[in-house]
Amino acid sequence: MAAAKTLFDKIWDTHVVHTVEEGPQVLYIDKHFIHEVTSPQAFAGLKKRGIPVYRTEHTIATADHNVPTENQHLPIKDVLSRHQVDTLIRNCKEFGVELYGLGHPYQGIVHVIGPELGITQPGMTIVCGDSHTSTHGAFGNIAFGIGTSEVEQVLATQCVLQRKPKTMKIQVDGELKRGVLSKDIVLYIISQLTTSGGTGHFIEFCGSAIEALSMEARMTICNMSIEMGARGGLIAPDEKTFEYIKGRQFAPVGNEWEKKLAEWQRLKTDTDAKFDAEYYFKAEDIEPMITYGTNPGMGMGITQFIPQVNGTSSSGLEKSLKYMELQGGSQLLGHEIDFVFIGSCTNSRIEDLRLVADMVKGKKKAAHVQAMIVPGSRQVEQQAIAEGIDLILKEAGFELRQSGCSACLGMNEDKIPKGKYCVSTSNRNFEGRQGPGARTMLASPLTAAAAALTGRVTDVRDLLKD
Amino acid sequence: MEKFIRLYSTCVLLPMEDVDTDQIIPARFLKAVSREGFGDNLFRDWRYLENDSPNPEFILNKKGISGEILVAGRNFGCGSSREHAAWALYDYGFRVIISSFFADIFKNNALNNGLLPVQVSDEILTKIFEIVEKDPETIMQVNLEEQLISIENEEIAESFEINNYKKYCMINGFDDIDFLLNKSNEITAFEESRI
Ligand code: SF4
Repeated sequence: MAAAKTLFDKIWDTHVVHTVEEGPQVLYIDKHFIHEVTSPQAFAGLKKRGIPVYRTEHTIATADHNVPTENQHLPIKDVLSRHQVDTLIRNCKEFGVELYGLGHPYQGIVHVIGPELGITQPGMTIVCGDSHTSTHGAFGNIAFGIGTSEVEQVLATQCVLQRKPKTMKIQVDGELKRGVLSKDIVLYIISQLTTSGGTGHFIEFCGSAIEALSMEARMTICNMSIEMGARGGLIAPDEKTFEYIKGRQFAPVGNEWEKKLAEWQRLKTDTDAKFDAEYYFKAEDIEPMITYGTNPGMGMGITQFIPQVNGTSSSGLEKSLKYMELQGGSQLLGHEIDFVFIGSCTNSRIEDLRLVADMVKGKKKAAHVQAMIVPGSRQVEQQAIAEGIDLILKEAGFELRQSGCSACLGMNEDKIPKGKYCVSTSNRNFEGRQGPGARTMLASPLTAAAAALTGRVTDVRDLLKD
Repeated sequence: MEKFIRLYSTCVLLPMEDVDTDQIIPARFLKAVSREGFGDNLFRDWRYLENDSPNPEFILNKKGISGEILVAGRNFGCGSSREHAAWALYDYGFRVIISSFFADIFKNNALNNGLLPVQVSDEILTKIFEIVEKDPETIMQVNLEEQLISIENEEIAESFEINNYKKYCMINGFDDIDFLLNKSNEITAFEESRI
């Protein structure tokens, strides 16, 4: 009998084209997503070598990192951003790559549109020049971020040289408490394992709490697996996965669907397969989470106290708290905030917007807070409008913008000013991530919406009571 | 890619942990479409004050401090996959980064661009910090062929790991795309076998 294998091993092994002795493996890539920021130098490399894109039909492009989230029909004002987006348009035309650029009904954040269009499917290998490619793993595939040299490799050969990572299992069992979302699960796990706890590993998330999550909520977890230092994260596909994919623009149909479905149903970790590391968590232990520091591992339950800086704490904590202008030993609860950003490939899908709309319906945001909601894609935006979510948000004083990465990384105009506090549903709270000097607190969409209403860091459970 | 065989240089110390790619090169400088010129904005927000004048406190702005080797605290290069971080370090003039831990993607990106990440133990890292702090003119040798870093008379002679394939590439200035293009027959055969 063949040795028991993890799901990760099964997918990986069937994509290996060649193994370099004592070196990396040549891994075949099924889908390659590209965007304007990490592709220009790769296309330039192809031109220099005089070679084409090898498999244009497996390459999908969008413009997301750099784009404005207002007046997308007008030329981009920022000269450098415009140049980068124009370069993508030119490269896609020249090399024959499908582009869902600005104005296209499929445009959006690369990790939102892949699943939404049914391009992301179980059992695949997926790469993109962006670390949050791990998002796609929610569909039971191997998806990971690569650098621009590797983007060039994939464009040129549909393969990438990689060393096989180790495997890690993270099991979360039990039932989530009220007001706790998948974002809280992943912030909790990172706070326990630290930002380097997953380094060198590919994570499989499992357990009853994970199975109970919707596909969109699962994406939030896989999205942030990279923040533990992992190469990526995946979740075995199940009926929810198949249901989600079925009928989407690029989903298989007819006989092809039946064939694929049969393949996908077999994608599971064997019962006695061994992982290189295993961790177990209980859903009941998780509160709504918030971060206080400058890496995603510096998070805590919303009612907890920021750790004290003392002899044993890392030098990072002191520096972080100084940057954040926060006191060790104090609570964040009640801390005044200035901005709320609901968006990014972590939390900008329709379910996120629905949760926020439900919460703020008939209420008003605090006067001093600016609340920005940036849908992950044009389709999410259209859906929100169709459901009347745009009006609810507007009445509550929130701005619903057009799709893109926006204040997640502040490459366009959407930046948080220096010294201001922003409760953000994005994935990184690094110094300056949302703009030079910006102070980011990562949280779930519910916690972010609650903060917008009260103008302070708030325990969302207090607002859910009635 | 440029070849890397051996290097003698002074070291620049950055005794900070978890230096992330947003610090190495902030996102707002990622708008270029070529690989060159990122060195100007390396560590931008630490290196310059708000009025764009150099921050005299930051190591790269200190008199008498220079070198092609950057020695940094644990977990260097965490965060995004942006290869611009490796380009910025290289463009600025660094050829070697020493730390006690590197983020995966950064390590790969560095190796793909002729920038050598050398991982040492926490103890050795501390020792290097101490030696160089005392004498910023200390010369270190980084020998890729022998996989060895050493400081003469200071009792440092540490071997480091690098996989054979990457070592071969760096020593020969050979890159992954050359390698993969040579495998095109195997790749097509693989594709055919899957249909
Ligand atoms: S939303 Fe943020 S994390 Fe996601 S792809 Fe865009 S910049 Fe990266």
